Amino acid sequence: MGKTTILRRVLLAGATALAATGFATSAWAQKTKLTVYTAIENEQLEPFKKAFEADNPTIEIAWVRDSTGVMTAKLVAEKDNPRADVIWGLAASSIGLMAGMGMIEPYTPAFASQLKPMFRSGKTPDTWVGMDAFLAVVCFNTAEAAKGNKPKPTSWADLTKPDYKDSIVMPNPASSGTGYLTVAGWLTIMGEDAGWKFMDALHQNVAQYLHSGSAPCVQAAKGERLIGIGFDMRGASEKTKGAPLDLIVPKEGLGWEMEATAIVKGTKNLEAAKKLADWASSLKANELYGKYYAIVANPNVKAAPPNYPVDGERLMAKVDVDWMAKNRERILAEWTKRYDGKSAPKAK
Amino acid sequence: MSLATPTTKIALRLNLSRDDLLMRGGLVVLAGVLLLIVGLPLWALLAKGFQDRDGQFVGLANYISYFSTPALFNSALNSFHVAAVCTAIVVPLSFLYAYALTRTCLPAKWLFQGISLIPIFAPSLLPGLALIYLFGNQGFFKGLIGGSIYGFDGIVIAQVFYCFPHATMIMVTALATADARLYEAADALGASKIRVFFTVTLPGAKYGLISAALVVFTLVITDFGIAKVIGGNFNVLATDVYKQVIGQQNFSMGAVVGMVLLVPAALAFVVDRLVQRKQVALLTARAVPLIPKPKFGRDLFFTAFCALVSAGILVILGMAAWGSLIKYWPYNLSLTLANYAFANFDANGWESYFNSLRMAAGTAIVGTALMFVGAWLNEKTRGFGAVRAVVQLLAFLPMAVPGIVLGLGYIFFFNALNNPLNFLYATMAILVINTVAHFYTVGHLTATTALKQIDPEFESVSASLKVPIWKTFGRVTTPICLPSILDIAIYLFVNAMTTVSSVIFLYAPDTKLASVAAVNIEEAGTTAAAAALCLVIVVTSAAVKALHLLADRFLLGRLQAWRRR
Repeated sequence: MGKTTILRRVLLAGATALAATGFATSAWAQKTKLTVYTAIENEQLEPFKKAFEADNPTIEIAWVRDSTGVMTAKLVAEKDNPRADVIWGLAASSIGLMAGMGMIEPYTPAFASQLKPMFRSGKTPDTWVGMDAFLAVVCFNTAEAAKGNKPKPTSWADLTKPDYKDSIVMPNPASSGTGYLTVAGWLTIMGEDAGWKFMDALHQNVAQYLHSGSAPCVQAAKGERLIGIGFDMRGASEKTKGAPLDLIVPKEGLGWEMEATAIVKGTKNLEAAKKLADWASSLKANELYGKYYAIVANPNVKAAPPNYPVDGERLMAKVDVDWMAKNRERILAEWTKRYDGKSAPKAK
Repeated sequence: MSLATPTTKIALRLNLSRDDLLMRGGLVVLAGVLLLIVGLPLWALLAKGFQDRDGQFVGLANYISYFSTPALFNSALNSFHVAAVCTAIVVPLSFLYAYALTRTCLPAKWLFQGISLIPIFAPSLLPGLALIYLFGNQGFFKGLIGGSIYGFDGIVIAQVFYCFPHATMIMVTALATADARLYEAADALGASKIRVFFTVTLPGAKYGLISAALVVFTLVITDFGIAKVIGGNFNVLATDVYKQVIGQQNFSMGAVVGMVLLVPAALAFVVDRLVQRKQVALLTARAVPLIPKPKFGRDLFFTAFCALVSAGILVILGMAAWGSLIKYWPYNLSLTLANYAFANFDANGWESYFNSLRMAAGTAIVGTALMFVGAWLNEKTRGFGAVRAVVQLLAFLPMAVPGIVLGLGYIFFFNALNNPLNFLYATMAILVINTVAHFYTVGHLTATTALKQIDPEFESVSASLKVPIWKTFGRVTTPICLPSILDIAIYLFVNAMTTVSSVIFLYAPDTKLASVAAVNIEEAGTTAAAAALCLVIVVTSAAVKALHLLADRFLLGRLQAWRRR
């Protein structure tokens, strides 16, 4: 009995000493390093990191950035042993998928109540909180249009006119999230029957279904195609670089998606992760988002990034995110059957 | 063997020398390593093909649902079609080119050899971008091809560019090892040139021709980068994997397509075994190297041929180089160096380039050691057939596996909570290991070919002189094979500089690679900067290759004097 007590005391003393040194070092030397997975644009990484770290000098952000598809696949594959602490800037539908798999730590950030209701997950506490929304717009190359004397479209219906035969590109919904939100947007606005009929007609004018949401507006910007249906912010930034591009918001309304923030369940840096989630929902952060996106979560931010279409927010389709997730496999199967299977090359 | 009585079996076992035991032990370790870096990670993903999305075992349900989709049949057909066409173009092309390099008096041989390698230095993004600059809807020569570059034609042109050096390297090896005595004999017997070609030259290169065909076929089938950039609506199996895994995060279906993609590799493995069984050593200890004599008509023809092929390669490279300097294609064609300031396009800037250099160097060192020692163990161990077959199979697998499948497999295997090796995840080490595994096949084949050229008499003589086998390995085998060892190292280095599809899942905040950055930059629309980064990679690899050629000349002079008559 006596021996065990002595042993226990020695152990306790050792543990206390260890803990003390641990505390000491963490108090004055170590910055907490947060591994943050993201799909935001490359040019946003530095400004976002700097702004957050300026307000939180004890925390350091280490980014892992790739396209939405790669990041989502990586996160889901790492499910059993998560490596990310925070997801900051990934499609809300991707985070919703992960929340359904129990991969997200529910947390309502400090400034969540200040945000537009649509930018919240609807759960208590929140699983994710939105940052900004992006749209699947029509990118129209005015220089090529002038050469071919093509009229400027103003609606989705316009795009089915024979004028645009083989001159439209859009993302393949089976390989791109932007592609899926575009298709889901049409089905929501037009209803299922009319939606599929519209896509049948559009298919006659589509030159190619691409494997990325950015590529269509880039190809339109470079005159490779007359019209690209895709990620708005890419089109705006190409226009800023000098592309002869018009960004058109079709008058029927359009599909959209938002970028969101969430904490990964199992993070070893929960306190720091919460600080980042708080900051990401703050007015300051929303002002930062507003430099790149026209539609941000905080209603008090007047965002007007250059060359962005103006009336996007008004025309956003009333998309039911749950419906989108539940019907994804069915819609993709139908889409693939109609348009992907028969896209073999024309015989020469 | 079935007639052997228990007593002879015991006697056989007792006859195993210490060398035999050592080598068998080494072989078991090698098999274990290959299992860890190839077999188990692959299985970690492919097993998902038998599970639903929640991880419940569902047997063959995924396979049934996949095979009942008409789109699959279409993709599989497209994949085989495009691979067959590319093979039919690349193999004869590379045979003629290699023939010119080895059997004729080509002027500036080193230059033509160097140019033929350029495509291997380039990320597969590069030919895609260059073809769009050349033949795209805004391209300079779009009138030359009747129709759109996006689709079948584009894939074929880009794949031919990309596969050409792989096939040429194999063909050069096959044609370089000829015995002049055969030609002297044929000449003395008055055989016509055509007859000599069909009865001496072609049979001698048969193994090379078949290997080249198999390599090109599998490269085309598994490559995704080219199909993505220029494939248009032409669906292939590799884009199907992408759709399932990246587009829909459906790992189960991705695993099913990955498994289908293994079929050509399995066939290649069987064909290779059959051919190897029939292959007789061409280069015996008494062989005399063939040195071509000048012949005007033939040399002129082959010089023209090589000049034409080289021009094709240089046009594609040159277009990418010019494209990297353009301000805004196609509306502002003034030139600028701004596209090389990579920090403006990718947060990591030049840092990812230095990561690539570190990763490539690590892969070259670790991979070459593993592949050469491994091939030596597999080639020189006596008996032990079962383990050797396992090693051979695991060495063949990586060539057939699309990078996406291998990369995801690495996440599942190396990130598992109960894997004691999971400390490797998200480090530079995992990128090196993954790349070694990904390019194992060709290194292994090169080393095996080199070892086959060495007369087994060396080992027998050493054994009878009671020299331990590892001393023979260090003092005879390795020096003789040094050129091939350097070849493997360079091959690994240049491929590590360009690889994307597998490592894209594995890099950590501080280990992003230049090849991945180039893909990201291209996706963000900055085509010129992507071309610039591709070009920096090409120049780096070309410089390393130039150093290699210098080293080769020095080493060949000192260590390879025995090759000359």
